[in-house]
Amino acid sequence: MGTHQEYYVPQQSHWPIVAATGIFLTLGGLAMVLSDMRQNQDMGLSLGVFLVGSLVMAYMFAGWFGNVISESHEGLYSNQLTASFRKGMGWFIFSEVMFFAAFFGVLFYVRVLSIPWIGGEGDKGMAHMLWPDFAAQWPLLVNPDPEKFPSPDAIIDPWHIPLLNTILLVTSSFTLTFAHHALKAGNRAKIKLFMLVTLALGITFLGFQAYEYMEAYNHLNLTLETGVYASTFFLLTGFHGAHVTVGTIILLVVFVRVLKGHFTADNHFAFEAGAWYWHFVDVVWLMLFMLVYVF
Amino acid sequence: MTTQVAETGHDDHAHGPAKGITRWLFTTNHKDIGSMYLIFSLIMLFIGGSMAFVIRAELFQPGLQLVEPNFFNQMITMHGLIMVFGAVMPAFVGLANWMIPLMIGAPDMALPRLNNLSFWILPFAFSMMMVTLFMDGGGPNFGWTFYAPLSTTYAPPSVTFFIFAIHMMGASSIMGAINVVVTIVNMRAPGMGYMKMPMFCWTWLITAFLLIAVMPVLAGVVTMMLMDIHFGTSFFDAGGGGDPVLFQHVFWFFGHPEVYIMILPSFGVVSQVIPTFARKKLFGYHSMVYAIIAIAVLSFVVWAHHMFTVGMPLAGELFFMYTTMLIAVPTGVKIFNWVSTMFKGSMTFETPMLYSIAFVILFTIGGLSGIMLALAPVDFVYHDTYFVVAHFHYVLVPGAIFGIFAAVYYWLPKWSGKMYDEGLAKFHFWVSFVGLNLTFFPMHFVGLAGMPRRIPDYPLQFADFNMIVSVGAFLFGTSQLIFVFILIKTLRSGKAAPQSPWESAEGLEWTIPSPAPYHTFATPPKVD
Ligand code: HEM
Ligand SMILES: [Cu+2]
Repeated sequence: MGTHQEYYVPQQSHWPIVAATGIFLTLGGLAMVLSDMRQNQDMGLSLGVFLVGSLVMAYMFAGWFGNVISESHEGLYSNQLTASFRKGMGWFIFSEVMFFAAFFGVLFYVRVLSIPWIGGEGDKGMAHMLWPDFAAQWPLLVNPDPEKFPSPDAIIDPWHIPLLNTILLVTSSFTLTFAHHALKAGNRAKIKLFMLVTLALGITFLGFQAYEYMEAYNHLNLTLETGVYASTFFLLTGFHGAHVTVGTIILLVVFVRVLKGHFTADNHFAFEAGAWYWHFVDVVWLMLFMLVYVF
Repeated sequence: MTTQVAETGHDDHAHGPAKGITRWLFTTNHKDIGSMYLIFSLIMLFIGGSMAFVIRAELFQPGLQLVEPNFFNQMITMHGLIMVFGAVMPAFVGLANWMIPLMIGAPDMALPRLNNLSFWILPFAFSMMMVTLFMDGGGPNFGWTFYAPLSTTYAPPSVTFFIFAIHMMGASSIMGAINVVVTIVNMRAPGMGYMKMPMFCWTWLITAFLLIAVMPVLAGVVTMMLMDIHFGTSFFDAGGGGDPVLFQHVFWFFGHPEVYIMILPSFGVVSQVIPTFARKKLFGYHSMVYAIIAIAVLSFVVWAHHMFTVGMPLAGELFFMYTTMLIAVPTGVKIFNWVSTMFKGSMTFETPMLYSIAFVILFTIGGLSGIMLALAPVDFVYHDTYFVVAHFHYVLVPGAIFGIFAAVYYWLPKWSGKMYDEGLAKFHFWVSFVGLNLTFFPMHFVGLAGMPRRIPDYPLQFADFNMIVSVGAFLFGTSQLIFVFILIKTLRSGKAAPQSPWESAEGLEWTIPSPAPYHTFATPPKVD
């Protein structure tokens, strides 16, 4: 049976159990921190657990991926196995799509259904009797119960930082694609250049985003506590920002691997996976820009 | 399907399992991982079951007798969560792990290390969830559906741990599901087209798709709970412009596909078992496949049938009523096909077949009560009564769980190389069958008469039926000890099983020795 290239099944690996332990400590520690905060307790121990968990996770990521990389270098991976990686990554991104879809659904629901209802419109307008003074509007600048949820003063203007960020992120998707073409053409100088530009754009995006949050908190009184506009705003942009951060780390690792010469013109799955992820995050931003900021 | 099997004679794959505890901790072997999933699920079945015992003991008679109402609520909640996420789902993943590579002729799951991680997250997640019972204020007491604001504003402080435990279970399920999809899409033996795949693989492919699609939504909803609890957001608080009903929409967008996640693999099992013991080909293979796909697609647009009474626009009530009714059509197709497979077959009634036939009959009862519930106007009467409890236990116990039992008895000879004791197994079946109907059938009556669910006390007129229910529950629960006994007896002293113990079983899994060697199909077989 010489023609068939065997599917590589690793024999044993301690990384998964390390990962499970790490996840347990990180999330358990986080839950302990949050509980302590709520009950105003000393959270030294909890922070410790969380920190140990995070370190275990970092160690695990480095080790597990390191392991995979060296296996790949040893030539253990057949085309069929790389196809498994590709499909796995594709389905993982699909799960992320659904994660964001849930949040966009929430945004749709409060804007189109529940706020008008509390304002007295539509099928369930009876809810108006809860707060008879409330008038439906979006962005929600006066909350139904302003005593419990103080209202924000203003919202972020889409045509300044958000527009700029849109341009940054879209450009970065292009530069990453240029890097990919350069990789396929074997032009190392060009890959490095475009990877660097992409990373710079991503990091600048994150910087602007952080600045925008500070602006919101310090000047606009747009905080997590100021009603559902702010809640959806921070939920969507926050998880998006977290994904950009992860994407940037992935691209950073990919960049280092480019420097080390790990990739060839037709074998660079890690690069592609990182690029898919980046494009996905980019598309989410475009939706965000339109549905959260502009309209 | 005729098959030629290539000998698995590769030297580098001749090694067996590692010795000691690392075999289980570090394993990448789909059979080891499958076994761990199945054993984990059995343990969870007993933990969840003992909680059901507490519930039924309290409800044995009217009046508050044994436990505090708050503890009763915790038992109700934990019973549901443990059975759904700890017993049924892991059992299915265990079956998938064991059987999918054997059925499609793959050397292992596509991503073996990820597979190990998917499993090992679970013990951690369930430990995190169960320690909450011992924390200040107790564990989750808001029902397995954890509606806001019960689970946010009025939740016990331990809810944060509950939230992260759910996150972990979700992550485990997504990784497991990705593995299944990739294995089926990428690792089928040459010649095995999609339309030649065993039905169990088809059902799991669709199940995995559902999992990848809706587990992230579950993660999203618990995340919003977390934010509302700790960071002052107002997703589920109308005072800030949110809506508690929004919680229910997001939850059930996950929740309804989830109930199909808990039944489709059992559909698959039954579709394997019935043809074997009826000695006929599965009737209407293609229509079976299309029915599963139709069920999966429709399951995304029916979620609000759980919310008819919550206050929805009329258009919503109607829409969700009709879509829900529509799902009964492909479900009916499946039932028709199973019955037609048996029609004029030369049937024998070994234990897996008994479970499968009971599945077909009793699941249909659950489906019919489902259709009653799907009628929006009358659901106003049934909703939140024991009628709903009867409905979902009829689809889950003789549905999901009997499917799992059928699978275990059917494939145990392949896994262990030993035959189980047929007499004892039949005894297990009949006691379970009687116990289960005694438990859940009277629930229809008390439900229609108006007994609410999730209440530790009830008016006198429900007393007799509740006593019968409790007796049935104790019978059903205890009879599962027979199952454990059978398993142990099989492993210790079962007769050696031949390669293919069932007379006319088809499929690649019967072309390898029993017990299945540690590594199988290192070289894919050819299917034509
Ligand atoms: C013909 C198919 C089915 C129909 C028409 C149907 C319909 C319904 C409806 C309308 C409800 C809501 C009742 C209420 O709360 O008032 C319900 C509840 C439920 N169904 Fe089904 N169902 C079907 C099949 C299934 C299957 C296959 C499963 C699981 C394997 C399932 C599991 C459940 C569960 C767990 C609940 C209760 C959830 C809760 O409130 O705790 N159903 N069903
Ligand atoms: Cu449903």
